[in-house]
Amino acid sequence: MRKTNWLLLALVLVLSSFLAACSGGSSGSGGSGGDGGSGDSAEGSANGEQVFNLLIGDEIPSMDSSLAKDQYGIQWTSEIQEGLYRLAEDGSLAEGIATGDPEVSEDGMTWTFTLRDNAEWENGDPVTAHDFVYAWQRAINPDTGSEYGPYMMGDVIKNATAINQGEMDVEELGVKAVDDYTLEVTLDHPIPYFESLTTFPTFMPLNQKFVEEQGENYALEADNLLSNGPFKMTEWKHGSTMKFEKNDTYWDAENVQLEEINLQVSKDIATGVNLYDTGEVDRAPLTAEFVDSRINDPGYVAIPDMASWYLKLNQNRVGEETPLANINARKAVAQAIDKEGLVNVVLNDGSIVSNGLMPTDFVKGPDGTDFREQNGDLLTYDLEAAKESWTKAKEELGQDEITLEILTGDTDSSTQIVDYIKEQLETNLEGLTIKTMQVPFQQRLDLDTAGDFDIQVSGWGPDYMDPNSFMNLFVTDGENNRMAFSNKEYDSLVEQAGGENATNPEARWQNFLDAEKILLEEAAIAPLWQDGNAFLWSPKVKGVFPNPAGNDFEYKWAYADNAAAESAE
Amino acid sequence: MARYIGQRIIYMIITLFLIATISFVLMKLLPGSPLANANKLTEEQQEVIYEKYGLNDPIPVQYANYLGGLVQGDLGISFKYDNRSVSDILGDRIGPSAQLGIQALIIGTVLGILLGLVSAIYHNGITDYLSTIIAVLGTSIPSFVFAGLLQFFVAVKWGILPVATWNGFEYSILPTIALAIFPMATCARFMRTEMIEVLNEDYITTAKAKGLAGSAIIFKHGIRNALIPLITILGPLAVGLLTGTLVIEQIFSVPGIGEQFVTSVNTNDFPIIMGTTMFFAVVFIVMILIIDILYGLIDPRIRLSGKD
Repeated sequence: MRKTNWLLLALVLVLSSFLAACSGGSSGSGGSGGDGGSGDSAEGSANGEQVFNLLIGDEIPSMDSSLAKDQYGIQWTSEIQEGLYRLAEDGSLAEGIATGDPEVSEDGMTWTFTLRDNAEWENGDPVTAHDFVYAWQRAINPDTGSEYGPYMMGDVIKNATAINQGEMDVEELGVKAVDDYTLEVTLDHPIPYFESLTTFPTFMPLNQKFVEEQGENYALEADNLLSNGPFKMTEWKHGSTMKFEKNDTYWDAENVQLEEINLQVSKDIATGVNLYDTGEVDRAPLTAEFVDSRINDPGYVAIPDMASWYLKLNQNRVGEETPLANINARKAVAQAIDKEGLVNVVLNDGSIVSNGLMPTDFVKGPDGTDFREQNGDLLTYDLEAAKESWTKAKEELGQDEITLEILTGDTDSSTQIVDYIKEQLETNLEGLTIKTMQVPFQQRLDLDTAGDFDIQVSGWGPDYMDPNSFMNLFVTDGENNRMAFSNKEYDSLVEQAGGENATNPEARWQNFLDAEKILLEEAAIAPLWQDGNAFLWSPKVKGVFPNPAGNDFEYKWAYADNAAAESAE
Repeated sequence: MARYIGQRIIYMIITLFLIATISFVLMKLLPGSPLANANKLTEEQQEVIYEKYGLNDPIPVQYANYLGGLVQGDLGISFKYDNRSVSDILGDRIGPSAQLGIQALIIGTVLGILLGLVSAIYHNGITDYLSTIIAVLGTSIPSFVFAGLLQFFVAVKWGILPVATWNGFEYSILPTIALAIFPMATCARFMRTEMIEVLNEDYITTAKAKGLAGSAIIFKHGIRNALIPLITILGPLAVGLLTGTLVIEQIFSVPGIGEQFVTSVNTNDFPIIMGTTMFFAVVFIVMILIIDILYGLIDPRIRLSGKD
């Protein structure tokens, strides 16, 4: 019995760290935005030893930029390599291997990038347009078996999907080196945010000679990697420690102040806190149960994350209409949950209430207004309205007692969240019975794909900075829809944004605003909260920028202000 | 003896084959895809990656390929850790787990036997009650609670030893202690019971009657006889410790095999699941064989023979 309990506990612990590591369906991938930790609150300069000691929640599955598929791989390939651009403060784009802005053809289909001629690989080779062509072809090549290759390039770069399906040769990919320092990209259709995609590891260059020399060993150990970014990996003890050092051959090395980043794998939150308290590490993540006791700690910070959480309300469960096909039933469910209580009591980690799909501070429109601010609160907690809709729904359905099943993960926090939702819905909506179904993450994805649930607690973290990363989720028959939501107007708005309005920023922005309104007027989903990440964060760690998408944090401009740490003590 | 061992090895191979088959079937029944981002990819895109993993082949073909690899000692390539071979990953992980396991086993059994002996000799005295309390606490309090307490007091409060991580011998002390508590308590309870029983045997009375010294009775006749049943539980204990204990590994951030196994199950990393299962099975079976041989050495009455 006792052994079983350990096993359960361990499963919960491991699974929760795994969930955190998973993009998309979970909170981890979104990266973060807003305030740069304690970084920008104090003025300081680099002084003392330029070393950060950080924790990492798991071993890095792959340091191969074509194959990186989780938050850790995406994070650390982004530090040792550099693509055309790099995410800088507040999610802005900084020059990477490309200089200046790309030249875009009038139809928005052909993008020409000029590369700097002073960028070098660690081995002294220049970084050229050919390195990009090789890397992009490699990422989409079916033999490589990349997950993000087809996801990031499919229907983005010309012929990418056909090449991935083995119907075309990789040479047909819409990317070519005009000369050593000019890269020409042909898109599948106009994509106004293409520039921001190029910060993602899948689009980073690779040194063909080096990769081919290494063969099967490429990226397996620190020695089998070749850096062109601000840092290089110098040590990799699998499952335990990793060391990154400043790369002196990096073209912008003079602006890199940090000399060394040490990573320690630690999955246990309490252990991380103890390591922080003894000064072994400079930053430790916190979960809700630690926040209350540490919220007054000088190192406490809560950073908003761009992952948006909501209930998926399934209208047709494996061929059979659910009560949620009734719009009043959906509205009742969406308005009957007190979200303040959820974020303040249950989550308690800096998460904030969400009344729409798009997160706060994620994307700004042509006039600089935040998307969320402009579209406002679309679906809020409103007990009276919920009860009213519920009565109507029951009449229309001709049922007094309704039972719905909620699908969610099997971690501790999933349990607390789903218990709270169940209690709220059953108390506030008379005659409603909620059954909960808690399953491991991979099984949840299976059930999601099959559309086998009534309600699902679901989350989405964006992989690129554009409203499209959220708005294309719920088009009819989309990979993430799987809840039988279908609205012609919504579909056509999202399609317009990607088609005829692609080169018209104002109209495109309006398309997305309108699409979100429809989604929530229809109560297709019930928005719940936007993630927050709480940390204990040493005052000496400065200049680390949280990113809204892609790698969670950017360390290129980071520095250690050891004097600040001393004065804070 | 040689014949006995030969026969056992044949049985072991059959057992391993059965374990490989059963785990293969169970693994195929696991729900979910081994992809990290299945929800972002269309079915056609997923198929492309399955092709690389060999998951598009019919199941019997996959099974045959798997067994074929196993016979040649090839455990395959991990799905989660792209292009890394399972043997490499396990190789990295076995060291720390085995080190902790061996240290904990030695400390736990030695202390446990001593504690049990003292209890039995001073039967029903204060020392007996004290050591019984220790033993009961040791078996009933989960090791992760001990681990948490040790970490907080010894490392954080008093700063005597490192909090966690794996960078040398001193880093192994706290996890070893946390791991040793359970075998220590178990051995102590066993040893006490057995020793009390043995001390009441006729041959002990005889020994006393012929005027042997107390220490001679206990060491020559008592301990040797009391140890036999203990050997039985040492086998499973040793396997449990050597193959890693994920909770302790997790709390002390030890890159061991226990937590690797759980991660692989949760991410449907089939080659790692199979590799780890086979590794555990081999360790377990070999351990049982060693225990059986040890029996014969300790108690000549137990005969090892191919036939009875």
